Amino acid sequence: MALALDPGLLAELATSRPVALVSGTNGKSTTTAMLAAAVAVRSRPAWNRTGANMADGALAALLDHPDADSAVLEIDEGYLPGVIAQTRPAYVVLLNMSRDQLDRVGEVHSVVRRIRTALAASPRTTVIANAGDPLVVAAAQAAEHRIWVAPPRTWRHDGVTCLLCGGHIDPVATTWGCAECALREPSATWTVTEDGQLLGPDGYRRTLELRLPGAANLVNASFAVAAATAYGVAPDRAVDAVAGLDEIAGRYRSFPRPDGETRLLLAKNPAGWSETLAVIEASPSAVVIAVNSREADGRDPSWLWDVPFERLRGRRVMASGDRAADLAVRLAYAEVDHEVEPDPVMAARMLGGRVDVAADYTAFLGVRARLARAAAEDRTSPRADGTG
Amino acid sequence: MSRLPTESAVRIASVSPDLLGTYGDKGNAEVLRQRLRWRGRTAEIVTVTGAVPTGCDIYVLGGGEDSAQVLAAQRAARPPGLRGAVERGAVVLAVCAGLQILGERFAGPDGHDHAGLGVLDLTTTRRVRRAVGEVVATPLVPELAGTPLTGFENHGGATRLGPTARPLARVESGVGNGCGQGTEGVVAGRVVGTYLHGPVLARNPALADLLLEWAVGEPLPPLQVPAVEQLRERRLRPRRRLPRLNRSTP
Repeated sequence: MALALDPGLLAELATSRPVALVSGTNGKSTTTAMLAAAVAVRSRPAWNRTGANMADGALAALLDHPDADSAVLEIDEGYLPGVIAQTRPAYVVLLNMSRDQLDRVGEVHSVVRRIRTALAASPRTTVIANAGDPLVVAAAQAAEHRIWVAPPRTWRHDGVTCLLCGGHIDPVATTWGCAECALREPSATWTVTEDGQLLGPDGYRRTLELRLPGAANLVNASFAVAAATAYGVAPDRAVDAVAGLDEIAGRYRSFPRPDGETRLLLAKNPAGWSETLAVIEASPSAVVIAVNSREADGRDPSWLWDVPFERLRGRRVMASGDRAADLAVRLAYAEVDHEVEPDPVMAARMLGGRVDVAADYTAFLGVRARLARAAAEDRTSPRADGTG
Repeated sequence: MSRLPTESAVRIASVSPDLLGTYGDKGNAEVLRQRLRWRGRTAEIVTVTGAVPTGCDIYVLGGGEDSAQVLAAQRAARPPGLRGAVERGAVVLAVCAGLQILGERFAGPDGHDHAGLGVLDLTTTRRVRRAVGEVVATPLVPELAGTPLTGFENHGGATRLGPTARPLARVESGVGNGCGQGTEGVVAGRVVGTYLHGPVLARNPALADLLLEWAVGEPLPPLQVPAVEQLRERRLRPRRRLPRLNRSTP
């Protein structure tokens, strides 16, 4: 790793151009791609399109684009404090904070506390942050410059105690506030509604019509537009740029099969699943749920019990991935009829017709690689059986 | 210790799942309810987000983050509180932070010492390094003989049992209570504590049924859930075969 050889390299590469970092538990890759598309309206950004989001992935993105005059970098929340310290970014987008990979990353409060400290020590940074997320607000408050974005709803079940004082924060109240101290929901500069009405500064108003499905992507788009506007892009041009994206490194991509198609979704924690279930429910597809729980996913799949899989009753469902057996127990107790097939690609084929494959991170990467390879082979040799 | 009439619903209190819901332990209440329903009995989950009510048959507590654990302990101490329920003979399953709360004292965030509910004869201090990973343990409770416990631990506590508390199990692999005694969890009367997530009752149906039999006061008919049997077979296989079950993935 170049980073290990020269810890000053990232800082050096970052000084010559404005840097925007995008972090949070869910939506990082999508928002990064959206922000890069919007910033590209007026500059040539380097960005980590492969989704390599640890410090060396950010470094690689900068090294690969020596002529770039700006940078939009997705950063894993665990690495964010270090990357803030090294790059002194102009912008940090903080989407949301919830539990994920508890065995590897640790409890979310300790992660957020380190982000808060890093922002406090970076006075030239503007944060574009989620007003609906108590953990994000507690961290972003420490920044000198703040632009708040209010989504229609945010998963708050992992922020029920105040980061600042330990007081209780009701996770279901319409407007949140700490019962003990002054931490409460700030008034937002940007607001987006469930049906995609985006309201911004100076009376700005626009309906978001995205090619990407689901309310979560309306929220991701709003963060991208807010950050791009801060960067100097006209809001309408930013909206046009993000609206055209139809897949993000394989997320939401559909792969044709002779008897239907396989759509690929990433879902890796309870907060993410609450959005993914809504996307699945919007169409009558069969569903493959693939859970690997390898090191990069977090080794403990207990969180499956915090996903309301009961909502899939009546659909055709396959439990898949390395941890198909754990998932099958969860589905059995939820009384969701299902079969077990550890290979998700095979599982989709067995179901037939229109299939959504919702996978955790490593399962997602595996399925994406195989389906993309099969699609490419199909294109180069139309006579060959590319169904595989 | 009165036996419940068969027709009355078994009430399962899920205690402060808003605070103690970090590790998926909410599923324990769901497992208990379903295992009764599948045997033709009625059961309901009572979600408790304030003072702990009396009148439930089983109380279930899960794991949470440090600051949430302190709040949960304060809540559970409000009268009549969990202590009252235990004195009445209620069944309790307490996991991780839940287990620590039931003890005499526990170390909270920044190492401050907090008073527990004093239901269990144990104290918890902080470990230098978190205990994280799969656990297999041999039960020391006669009713569970022959059914190894499995689960996933993820905690920074070192729990020392006092003379009136018995360990739930002996650790075969993993850390467990982590005081050098090789023990996992605790049993005192009808109160069971453990560090195992999974949730523990999803992965260990014998423990779930033991708690249920204590609550209903009579043996329950056997219940086969094939998915659970298959999962147990996987988790109890020799360790080196565990990580890669799906060989067709690139």
